[in-house]
Amino acid sequence: MALRSGVSFLRFHALRSSSRLLSTHTRPEVQQNGKKIAEFPGAKAPYVTEMKILNETSYEPIPIYRVLDNNGDVLINSEEPHLDKEVLLNMYRSMVQLNQMDKILYESQRQGRISFYMTNYGEEGMHLGSAAALTPQDLVFAQYREVGVLLYRGMTMTELVNQCYGNHEDPGKGRHMPVHYGSKQHNIVTISSPLATQMPQAVGAAYAFKRTPNNDRCVICYFGEGAASEGDAFAAFNFAATLECPVILFCRNNGYAISTPSSEQYRGDGIAARGPSMGIHTIRVDGTDTLAVYNAVTKAREMALQNKPVLIEAMSYRVGHHSTSDDSTAYRSLEEIQKWTTDENPVQKFRLYLERKGLWNEEAENTLVKDSRNFIVRTMQEAEKKKKPHWKEMFEDVYYDKPFQLQKQMQEMEEHLKKYGEHYPLDSFQKE
Amino acid sequence: MSSHFTFFPDEHKPIEGDTTKMNMMQAINNAMDITLKTDSSAVLFGEDVAFGGVFRCALGLQEKYGNDRVFNTPLCEQGIAGFGIGLATAGATAIAEIQFADYIFPAFDQLVNEAAKCRYRSGGQFDCGGLTVRAPCGAVGHGGLYHSQSPEAFFSHAPGLKVVVPRGPISAKGLLLSCLKERDPCVFLEPKILYRAAAEEVPTASYEIPLGKAQVLKEGDAATLIGWGTQVHVLLEVAQTAQETLGISCEVIDLMSILPWDEETVCNSVKKTGRCLVAHEAPLTSGFGAELAATVQSECFLHLEAPVARVTGWDAPFPHVFEPFYLPDKMRCLSALEKLIHY
Repeated sequence: MALRSGVSFLRFHALRSSSRLLSTHTRPEVQQNGKKIAEFPGAKAPYVTEMKILNETSYEPIPIYRVLDNNGDVLINSEEPHLDKEVLLNMYRSMVQLNQMDKILYESQRQGRISFYMTNYGEEGMHLGSAAALTPQDLVFAQYREVGVLLYRGMTMTELVNQCYGNHEDPGKGRHMPVHYGSKQHNIVTISSPLATQMPQAVGAAYAFKRTPNNDRCVICYFGEGAASEGDAFAAFNFAATLECPVILFCRNNGYAISTPSSEQYRGDGIAARGPSMGIHTIRVDGTDTLAVYNAVTKAREMALQNKPVLIEAMSYRVGHHSTSDDSTAYRSLEEIQKWTTDENPVQKFRLYLERKGLWNEEAENTLVKDSRNFIVRTMQEAEKKKKPHWKEMFEDVYYDKPFQLQKQMQEMEEHLKKYGEHYPLDSFQKE
Repeated sequence: MSSHFTFFPDEHKPIEGDTTKMNMMQAINNAMDITLKTDSSAVLFGEDVAFGGVFRCALGLQEKYGNDRVFNTPLCEQGIAGFGIGLATAGATAIAEIQFADYIFPAFDQLVNEAAKCRYRSGGQFDCGGLTVRAPCGAVGHGGLYHSQSPEAFFSHAPGLKVVVPRGPISAKGLLLSCLKERDPCVFLEPKILYRAAAEEVPTASYEIPLGKAQVLKEGDAATLIGWGTQVHVLLEVAQTAQETLGISCEVIDLMSILPWDEETVCNSVKKTGRCLVAHEAPLTSGFGAELAATVQSECFLHLEAPVARVTGWDAPFPHVFEPFYLPDKMRCLSALEKLIHY
């Protein structure tokens, strides 16, 4: 060991001597950086001589914006949005319809009439607050728990129920699981099950809008705090910021990703904290406060149209189970759920607000609930009677033009069914 | 909703000794329990694993082994796979759960480019053999596009990975225990419809079923029927019906290991029967049946009485309400078998 060090020392010494022979300077001339601010390509920041370690407590928690208190009273008058009576009532009616639809379709899954369902309880304020702040031309990329947005934009209960039944009037032609809605007409891109995949897609769509002359459209992308853990979420934030896209990234932080509480999903100050760190304008809002969400999305839309992407983190609570495949009492207490169905109930808050304004009363409520329920039950009974699409629809839309192989396979199935048709549920499907 | 197959319980036990009645979910739970008990480096993780996982395979294991060994991860499949590779690289046994095989694709890069090539690119210095990625796969009656896929063929194209599919509780326990001890990274695809479909008398002790080996479940001479996972049960029923209605005796093989696969057992059988039918739920084009058919025709050419038949899902995404028309069900397999016999 000693010998090896000696040899390297000698080598080093020889090298230095030879460089001295080649150069008149022993040290290179350096320009002292007189400025206090470093100018690295990756960061322009002050130099300090004291090491600075930051953590989640280095910053104040990002505050949560709200307009209403739990009694539906406006906290500060200047923050009350000036919405038409009809708009307010439309928002509220959509909430009630959504609740009734959830109740009945959830039950219908329990009775084996549809294969799957997901409710929206506790998140109605985020749906209607955001939907009302958008124009029908804005493009929606949803996750799967934003049905209030769909209803407000004009998707009919009938379309939604038909989708859940996968009958021949389902716009998705029976190919997708229930609750995976979509409507070209209403600018709602069909929902996909994998999480966060819609996020970079939304940013790409926004970039296309940006390149349209006189663009007046933005994209809104809904996602959960669980989905925000996917790699695609980071990609979306980063692309939105660097490519300056007219997009609103709307996080519904409802506290749970199936059974995983947000405390195990992330550390730090939630999803909102990621916004400023990535150069995105960010608002954190009380998602149970419909008017606060409305204001946040209105502001975000304004900024997005100036090609400033905005991240909104709406705080809420998933009151229902994740889906009909889940029993959330396996991982959370009934007391915990209770708090969010009473004090912090977004529908109740909004209803109280409308009542204070003299726009709503008990009688109107009862009529609406009854009418909504009857309509959904009737729609469901009708949907149930409708045949499923022709089995050949299975082979359509894989490609724009059916390739040879698929034509051959469809023919093979046709011949098979001619011979063995009695083994297949052909009666429940449309005939040619 | 009725299922498209009848479960055929295993007739013989892999080892002697006590047995317990278990469904496949319990058998998988039992295999992980044994590993966590006997291998102190072993950890089990994935989305919602803490409370048992959405299919309850990890039920009770966090209570038993603590939350540093059985835990939830953030919702990120690429993270789960990469984290598992890291654990295995550092010498731990990593049992990673992907909630549905349909959601494994964000982890594709980690599995195909990293796990599969780890030993090779390091000249044998590093490996991640301690990693086993479990994922529920296959048709379930109502899963639609994203809760039904069978992605085994994608992974079969990644030299360095082992890909395994059990057909029931007994095979699931033995194969999973083999994967967990295996020195190469494994993708363990669990046909989710079998989790609760039926129970078998599963040996209580630890046992391993060798990877890379197929099992002949029924001997016969008229044709060789090859499948894996749920499809094995469809083929066993096809063989039974063919016996009754056509008076022929078919050999039924459960391939069990997709990568590497048991060429010897398959080719010996086809040389004997002269006819081969492969069936799988995944689409026809580039499904693993294509690999079997190509090898069978090159190895058994002079023994073949008919071209190899493939009965599979169609070349379309897995559809929701059309599932009964999409699957390579009993009638489609029978019809193909009849053509094979009368070729």
